[in-house]
Amino acid sequence: MTPFSYHKPASLDEAVSLAGPSSRFIAGGTNLVDLMKENVERPEHLIDITGLALKAIEETPEGGVMIGALVSNADLAWHPLVEARYPLLAQAILAGASPQLRNMASTGGNLLQRTRCYYFYDTGTPCNKREPGSGCPARQGLNRMHAILGASDDCVATHPSDMCVALAALAAVVHVHGPAGARQIPFADFHRLPGDTPQRDNQLAQDELITGIELPAEPFAAHCRYIKVRDRASYAFALVSVAAALQIEKGVIREARLALGGVAHKPWRDPAVEALLQGKPASTELFTHAADALLQAAKPLAQNGFKVSLARNAIIRALSEACAADNSLGEMQ
Amino acid sequence: MNSVVGTPMDRVDGAAKVTGQARYAADYPQEGLLHASVVSSTIARGRVVKVNSEKALQVPGVVAVLDHTNRPHVSSYDDDYSDDDAAEGSPFRPLFNDRVLYSSQPLALVIADTLELARYAGSLVTIEYSQQAHQSDLLAALQQTHEAPAETPEPRGDFAGHFAGADAKVDVTYLTANEHHNPMEPHASTVCYQADGSLVIHDKTQGTQNCQEYLHNIFGLPKDKLRVKAAFVGGAFGSGLRPQYQLPLAVMAALHLKRSVRLTLTRQQMFTFGYRPRTQQRLRLGVDKRGALVAIGHDAIGQTSRFEDFTEHLVEWSGMLYQCDNVALSYRLAPLDVYTPLDMRAPGAGSGVLALECAMDELASAAGLDPVELRKRNFASHNGNEGKPYSSKELLACYEQGAERFGWARRQATPGSMRDGNQRIGWGMAGGVWEAMQMKASAKASLDSTGHLTVSSATTDIGTGTYTVMTQIAADAAGIDVGKVTFKLGDSSLPTAPLQGGSFTVSSVGSAVRQACLTLRERLIERARQQRPDLASEADTAFTLENGQVKAGKHSVPLAELLAVDPQQCLEVQVEANPDDKRKPYSTATHSAVFVEVQVDDDLGTVRVTRVVSAVAAGRVVNPKTARSQILGGVVWGVGMALHEESQTDHALGRILNHNLAEYHVPVNADIGDIDVIFVEEDDRVVNALGSKGVGEIGVVGVAAAVANAIYHATGKRVREFPITLDKLI
Repeated sequence: MTPFSYHKPASLDEAVSLAGPSSRFIAGGTNLVDLMKENVERPEHLIDITGLALKAIEETPEGGVMIGALVSNADLAWHPLVEARYPLLAQAILAGASPQLRNMASTGGNLLQRTRCYYFYDTGTPCNKREPGSGCPARQGLNRMHAILGASDDCVATHPSDMCVALAALAAVVHVHGPAGARQIPFADFHRLPGDTPQRDNQLAQDELITGIELPAEPFAAHCRYIKVRDRASYAFALVSVAAALQIEKGVIREARLALGGVAHKPWRDPAVEALLQGKPASTELFTHAADALLQAAKPLAQNGFKVSLARNAIIRALSEACAADNSLGEMQ
Repeated sequence: MNSVVGTPMDRVDGAAKVTGQARYAADYPQEGLLHASVVSSTIARGRVVKVNSEKALQVPGVVAVLDHTNRPHVSSYDDDYSDDDAAEGSPFRPLFNDRVLYSSQPLALVIADTLELARYAGSLVTIEYSQQAHQSDLLAALQQTHEAPAETPEPRGDFAGHFAGADAKVDVTYLTANEHHNPMEPHASTVCYQADGSLVIHDKTQGTQNCQEYLHNIFGLPKDKLRVKAAFVGGAFGSGLRPQYQLPLAVMAALHLKRSVRLTLTRQQMFTFGYRPRTQQRLRLGVDKRGALVAIGHDAIGQTSRFEDFTEHLVEWSGMLYQCDNVALSYRLAPLDVYTPLDMRAPGAGSGVLALECAMDELASAAGLDPVELRKRNFASHNGNEGKPYSSKELLACYEQGAERFGWARRQATPGSMRDGNQRIGWGMAGGVWEAMQMKASAKASLDSTGHLTVSSATTDIGTGTYTVMTQIAADAAGIDVGKVTFKLGDSSLPTAPLQGGSFTVSSVGSAVRQACLTLRERLIERARQQRPDLASEADTAFTLENGQVKAGKHSVPLAELLAVDPQQCLEVQVEANPDDKRKPYSTATHSAVFVEVQVDDDLGTVRVTRVVSAVAAGRVVNPKTARSQILGGVVWGVGMALHEESQTDHALGRILNHNLAEYHVPVNADIGDIDVIFVEEDDRVVNALGSKGVGEIGVVGVAAAVANAIYHATGKRVREFPITLDKLI
C-alpha cells in the first residue's frame, strides 16, 4: 500500500475542494482498501467523507425516494420505503456481498466498485484499465466471467455490482456535487462502455462526489424480480443477473424494465427491448422474444459463450417470476 | 474410572481459540521485530537479469532488500533442501540463484520496520528478466510425460483380454483441477533472534522437527540453536507438510540482520507453492453377466514441476477397493513450468477415487445395476494390490447403514425422473477408501506430586483436535481424571513425532501417548506396592489416583511419598511406539459410503447439494465430536472439489490468476445442506492397540464422485471435467 495522507472534511464543499488527481474519496472502503493493498489503487490522499450529512433516506415531493450516498447497503435494503416501493432494489442488494460488507459499503461507493477482472487485480499482469496501453490478456485468456455485450478491443471487463442493475432498471438519477456545483446524471449515462479508455468506469469527474441516488415514483413494486446466477450460493459475483420489473394490468404489460448484470462494462438496458414487452399480454413466448432481442448483439469470448444462453434463460425466468410475484420480498436466489 | 476415549469431549483448546488466547505463527509479539515482504516473479520461466531495489532502499524504515546476489550463505545441495515430505528431484531453493522456475516465484525480500512499509517498498522493487518460453498447461503436455517414480502396483491377470470380453464396460476419461489448500491462516514465520544467536521460530507447519532439520541443513546452524514451534495452526490440509518458502526467507533475514523478523505470506502468495495437481485419468472397467468386475484399468497423468516429480497414491485405490483379478494401473507425470504439487487432504485418493467412483457409476448404468448393488457384488475382503486380507473392512455395513439413513431404496433409477418445480433432483453415491497407517512416534508422560499428568510429543494440532484426543487417550491409559491431564505439542524440542498428516496422528502419536501413560501407571503401581505391602495383593485395575492419593481397595499412599525419589518429584516415562508386527500380514484402511442429493436448476444449471449421508468405518472413534467435525469438513471439501474449486491458470502467462478467496471458490455456508455422519461399528484388533484408524482424510474421499453421480441422476449428463460449474450443465 502506498503511503497516503488522510483528511476528514466537515462539509461537502470542503470535500470537493480537497479532491485532486491523486486523491480518492473513501466511505466504507470495502473495495478501495482491497485495491490499495494489492497496489491497484495508489492514492496519495484519502478524503474520508463519512463525516458528511449524506446518510438519510427520504421521500421526495414527487413520490420517489432520495437515498443519501453514505447510506449503507444494509440500511438501504432493509428500509421500509425501499421494501415497500422498490423491492427489486432490496432483492438486488441482498444478493450481493455478505452481511458484513453490506454493513460497511455505502450506496455511492457501490456505484464506484471496480471490475473483478482477474488481470485488473493482479499487478503482475498487463491491464488496459489499470495501466492504459499495457494490453488486455483477458481477451485471449481467462474470460469466463467477462463481457458479452458492449466490450471493446481494449477491455472486456464487467461491472460487478448487483445494486446498480436494479438502479438501472428503476431509472435512478445520480446526484453529484463538484466545484461547479450540483448536477444530475441519469443512471443509464452514469457508467460508460470501455471503448479505448477503459480506465474510466463512469462519467464522474475526478473532483466530483456522489451525494445521493434518487428513485422516481414507479409502479413496479408488485411485479419485480432480481435473479442472480453465480458459481456458489452466496459471496460470488454474478455470471449473469437480471433485474425485471413489470406493471401489469389485467394480464397486459403496461410498462416494463429489464436490466442485465455481469454481461457488460455497465448494467445493460435497452429501452427498445422494454418497448417490445409493453402493451402485450405476458407470456413465455413474449419473454423469450425479449430475451433474444436483448442478446442479439452478444459477442461471447472463448470461455463465456454459456453466458448467452444463461442470460436468455435467466431473463425468461426473471420476467416470468416478476409476472407471478406479489409485492412481498420473494425468496432470494 | 469411566473411559473418556469414545466420549464427545469438548476441545480442550476451544476456549483459548475463541477468546483469542491461542497464538498462531504471526501472533507472537517481539521486541524490535522487523517485517518482511516477498517480491514475486511476473514471468514463468527465465532468468533474473537485475533486481532494482534502490527505490525501495530509499524509503525511510526499510532495512534491507535481499535477493540471490546478497543473501546470506545457504547450502547448494539438493539433499539439504529435502524434507520428510519431499518429492523426488531438486527441491526449490528460494533466492538461491537467478533462475525463474515459475510465475510468482519469490525473487526478493524487503525487510522494514513495519509490515506496511515492507509491502510498499516491495511495490517499488522492479526486476529485469531474460524470459524463456514456458508451458503450464497439462493438456498441452500429455505427449511429454514420463513414468511416475511411484510404487505403482504391477499389473495382475490379463486386463486387455478380460476388458475386451466384458459383458458391460466403460472407457471414460476424467479431468480434475489444480486446487490450493487455502487454510484460513496464511503461512507465516516469526523468527525470534536470541541474544546468543540462536533462533526460536514460530512457524505455520505440520511438522516442527521437519522444519528444524531443514533449517539445520540449509543454514548449517546446530540443531540446539534452532527451536521451531507451532502451538496452534489455523488449518493446513497438507500445506504445512513441507517447510514453505516463508520459513527460510524469514531465517535468512534474521541471520543477515541479526534481528527478529516476521514474514507472513499474502493470500495471493498462498497460491505460489504446493497444491493438489491437475490430473487426466482414463478408467476402463468391465463386468461379467453377474456384475462381477473382470477388468480394471486406471491410467493417470498428473502434472508436476520441472524440478521435482511429485507423486501421490492416485491409482492404487482402483486395485484395492474391489475384488478383481485383472488389473492394470499406470501413472505418469507431465513436467511443467509451475511449482511442485503437494499433498493435499486425501492426496491421490481425492482425485483417484473420484475418477474410479464416477466410472463405477457409469458402469452401473451400463450394466443395468443399482450403484450400491454393483459395489456390494464386488466387495473385496483382500487388498488385491498387496494380496493381504484387510484387518477390518466394514464397508458393506457403510453401504447398508448409509443407504438406510438416506432412503436410497426410494430412488427412481432413471436419470431425470425426479423433480421439484424447475429443480431436477438427483441421488448419487460413491465409496471411499484411505489407508490406515502408523508411523514411529515418541511421547513423554510426566506425573507431578499434585497428581497432574503432563504428556508431550512434537506433533501438531492443525485444527483436527490433537490436543483433545491425546488428552483423552492419556487420561484413560494413566487412569487419571481428564481434568488433570495436559497435552503439549508443537515444539521441536519435544519427543520425536512424525509429520501430522495422512490420518496417522491418532494411530502413531496416540499409540505412543497410550504406551507412555500405561508404563507410567505400571511404575507407579509397582512403587506403591513396594512402599506399602498392604497394597501388594491388589489387582492393577484396582489402583486409582485421586486427591493426591494412590488408592487400591481400603488402602492408600500419598503420591508425594511415591515421587520423593524423582528429580523435581516428577515421575517421567518416555517411550517410542512402533507399528506392531501383527500389522504385517494385513492391509489396513478406512472406508466410507457417501450418499448425496442434489438439486439442479433446469434453466440456470445451478447445483445445490441438499443432503449428504456419510457412513464411515474407521475403527474405534476416540472423540465422536471432533471426529464428526473432521467428516463434516471433509464433506464440505468434497462438495468444493465437485462444484467449485479450481486454481485457474492463464497459460499464456503461466500464472494462476484467481488467487484470492473471492475468486477461488470454496463452498460457503449457503452451499451446504444437511450432512449426516454415521460412524459404523468396526472392531479392529490389528491396526493398533487403540483400534483407531484416523479420520482426517476419509471424509473427503468419494464425496465429489457422489455429487457428480447425483448430478448425472438428476440431469442425465455425465460431466467428466471438474469442477462441475453451471456452464457445463446448461
